[in-house]
Amino acid sequence: MKFLEHQSKSILGQFGLAFNHPVVVTSTSEAVDEVQRLNTKAVLKAQVPMGGRGKAGAVRIVAAATSAETAANDLLNMKLGGQPVHQISVEPFVPVKREIYVGATWDLGVKLPVALLQSTGGVDVERGADTTAVKHLDPWDGLAPFQGRQMARNIGLTGRSLIELGTTISCLCRAFLDLDAVTAEINPLGICTDGQLLGLDARLEIDDDAGHRQAKAIAQFGHAGTGANHRPPTPLEVEAERIDATDHRGVAGRLVEFDGDLGLLIGGGGASLTVFDAVLHHGGRPANYCEIGGNPTTEKIAALTTLLFTKKGVNKLAVIMNVVNNTRADVIAAGVVAGVRAAGLEPETVISVFRVPGSWEPEAQAIMAAAGVQALGREVSLDRAALLAVERS
Amino acid sequence: MLLDPKAEIMVQGITGREASSMVEDMLAYGSRIGGGVTPGKGGQTVHGVPVYDTVAELMEHHNPTITVISVPAPAVLDAAMEALYFPLDLCLVMSERVPRLDTCKLVQMAAKRGCTVIGPNSLGLIRPGVAKLGTVGGRLDNVQRSYCPGEAAVLSRSGGMTTEIASFLTSRGIGQSIAVGIGGDAIVGASFLDLIELLETDDQTKSVVIYGEPGGTAEEDLAARLIQKGSRLRVNAFLSGTFVDDLQGVRFGHAAVIVEGERGSVAGKKAALRAAGVFVADEFEEITTGL
Repeated sequence: MKFLEHQSKSILGQFGLAFNHPVVVTSTSEAVDEVQRLNTKAVLKAQVPMGGRGKAGAVRIVAAATSAETAANDLLNMKLGGQPVHQISVEPFVPVKREIYVGATWDLGVKLPVALLQSTGGVDVERGADTTAVKHLDPWDGLAPFQGRQMARNIGLTGRSLIELGTTISCLCRAFLDLDAVTAEINPLGICTDGQLLGLDARLEIDDDAGHRQAKAIAQFGHAGTGANHRPPTPLEVEAERIDATDHRGVAGRLVEFDGDLGLLIGGGGASLTVFDAVLHHGGRPANYCEIGGNPTTEKIAALTTLLFTKKGVNKLAVIMNVVNNTRADVIAAGVVAGVRAAGLEPETVISVFRVPGSWEPEAQAIMAAAGVQALGREVSLDRAALLAVERS
Repeated sequence: MLLDPKAEIMVQGITGREASSMVEDMLAYGSRIGGGVTPGKGGQTVHGVPVYDTVAELMEHHNPTITVISVPAPAVLDAAMEALYFPLDLCLVMSERVPRLDTCKLVQMAAKRGCTVIGPNSLGLIRPGVAKLGTVGGRLDNVQRSYCPGEAAVLSRSGGMTTEIASFLTSRGIGQSIAVGIGGDAIVGASFLDLIELLETDDQTKSVVIYGEPGGTAEEDLAARLIQKGSRLRVNAFLSGTFVDDLQGVRFGHAAVIVEGERGSVAGKKAALRAAGVFVADEFEEITTGL
């Protein structure tokens, strides 16, 4: 789950971190009112869950109410990463003598969380990288303030900001662990003229698999909801997610909608990727990506099948899975047949390929044969099955 | 080698629906399951295997050196800590959707105790003709059809693709020494790198087929190790998810870029493996090349 800037600031602020908290508005007039109320130079930012907003022109500094109107209008009419901007933030402009980068994320190779500090913050932090301090965290204990001060010293800080930064990194790491974060960062972190630190921008992403114990943070804001496509979920994707959630057993969802008309019911995870690659390679135009795994119920498979046929232009469905282990091929077969019929269609005309070899394969073959479809076996590779699906679409 | 045929196995969460049918299939393939644990269900049996309330109680009656964890994701870390109090060689975590922080703690603790972790989100591992751990291969008839003993090891980030690849190798007359679903998560216990180290010293294994996916650094880490130390094993690889490279939008934040750089893409992984002398199959059916 990714949180917007203002949400990230609010959640991380509960861990003793100081931020320049904004007011969030949804219209130009509200933005103008807020700038007038602040009665100072202000910063307006589009609230979208993506980095690189500065470079994309989604951050504006305004001096007076007149320029606030133009800036707010521009931002609200902007599309960033294909998403329209619904919210903008307004916060007072705070002069700082220096900006630095502070973050925590996962070092997957080392299998540990890691705290990061860079002496140059802002938009060019990836390339700037003049001085970086990196310290892996103990997953139980986090990072002590003295370790944070060592990092601060390593990037050349002294005096009050060194002491404050040590505490800030320690707090951010505590937040990272307590929130089950995937990424938590303050960028830029401003060093004010008096040496005090103030977070000017923040970014937080929480582990999707930790939702059960992060209900508070999620309930407070909901999440910014971007899938693999970095866009809001489509109605088809939302409905697939709902179907998958109707029963905890197995996966029949993780659907990503595409522009084409070839319906795909594919699984498990690895085979889904393999089949999707192969369909594209053979010139097919998939209507969707999805993953079936574990042991989903017949009802879930049926509902997902019916759903795929609701998409405009989809009149063929290819069902392709790897040689299944714990998934029962007969359950998949029964679900697909029921789902096709529930859509008012005939299995033998709309199922172009059914290739689910493995456990309970003879039973699955019998179900498909009774529905007029000849099931393919493992001698037809995933790649060939994908080719057949393209040829028959 | 992982999964000594003489080793006794315990199953945590044994009374669950999936675990129960897994136990049936494992017993049918000859795996030695001594007992199982489900808190609150002590005294029951699952396919003749006694169930205990706690690992400590099981240990009074059995001497397992392997545990299979098949409990709901939020309970995985606790179950693993309960088991790791005792000396174990191997811990297979099958549960999906384990919070990353829990996996991290589990892996750290197991390393301290000298226990190898496979998973989470793993379907298990099999030594064809010897024993299997987890649901890999599923029902006995399918296991026998998909796997046969031989000299190629299969290491896969996808459980499903483990059996798909083994089945394809079997159909081409290439047997397997071992097949391991290493787990689909970004952080898992034993990765390609760790398992290749084990296989280097296994006389039966002559070659390795790996299956990789987008994300994480398992493939790049393996490539770096092969360049640094070389290997007596022939390594073939197949990676899917090329289309995912094109979906990557603007990154969310800088942290991942600082730590991972450009690692993680399928194109990058393929290039890294090729540079390390690995044969990378562009099409699935090429994975038997040179085996």
